[in-house]
Amino acid sequence: MIHVKNGALATLALVIAAIPFGVVYGALAENAGLNFMLTIGMSALVFGGASQFIAVTLLTGGAAYAVIVATIFVVNLRHMLYSANLMPHVKHWPQRWRIPLSFILTDETFAAVSNHIHTAFFAMLLCYDWPYQLGLLFTVLVSVLVGVLVEGKS
Amino acid sequence: MTEWLLIMCMGLVTFLPRLLPMALADKLVLPDWLKRALAFVPIAVLTAIVTQATFVRTDGLDVAWTNIHAIAAIVAFLVGLITQRLYLTITAGLISFALLKLFVVL
Repeated sequence: MIHVKNGALATLALVIAAIPFGVVYGALAENAGLNFMLTIGMSALVFGGASQFIAVTLLTGGAAYAVIVATIFVVNLRHMLYSANLMPHVKHWPQRWRIPLSFILTDETFAAVSNHIHTAFFAMLLCYDWPYQLGLLFTVLVSVLVGVLVEGKS
Repeated sequence: MTEWLLIMCMGLVTFLPRLLPMALADKLVLPDWLKRALAFVPIAVLTAIVTQATFVRTDGLDVAWTNIHAIAAIVAFLVGLITQRLYLTITAGLISFALLKLFVVL
């Protein structure tokens, strides 16, 4: 539990830093013609800020869906390097942990855990990660809502 | 409906690159040279992310001393180097950037 507390504290600042991103994303998504459920749905299902900004920008420009998906795939290839970098540390862990943890492996998470890679690494990934991700998800949902409302009014 | 399909495909191409190496971690044996190379991933990728955020603007490369992103990044870097504290580093970066943006006309 002490790990969880440390992890939550260490990543709280990163959650706060996500607020402006959420607001801007919400406003851009409204502009791109996405309805509210789609806007929130994208934040929940596509766990990557860069992916979301690319998607709403390309949607606004009227790009084909295949182009959007291909672009996002290329941009996300860097996460393959993160995941490969973590391979030796996760190979003794059950698959049911690896799947959700890889879903939430973002730039910020990787930056936060790569400092702790030699000390009980996976506990750190877990503990640094999930309070951050929960906070992030909540924060993003609220800030997306704010962005949508602001853009809708103007 | 097609929008939801788009979002699901986006979710998939975001998720799969993260999942595959970790999911295959106990089945795939990497050659030593690749393991050695992967050790440099954090420094390489994070440097690339920070550098482009600091020096690349929409109209090109900005390496002049009037680049307030760079000034704030240097402040944050020094604070991080000296204090080794994440919070102080982020706060120093944010405050110096806000001050430069609001009060300094460069």
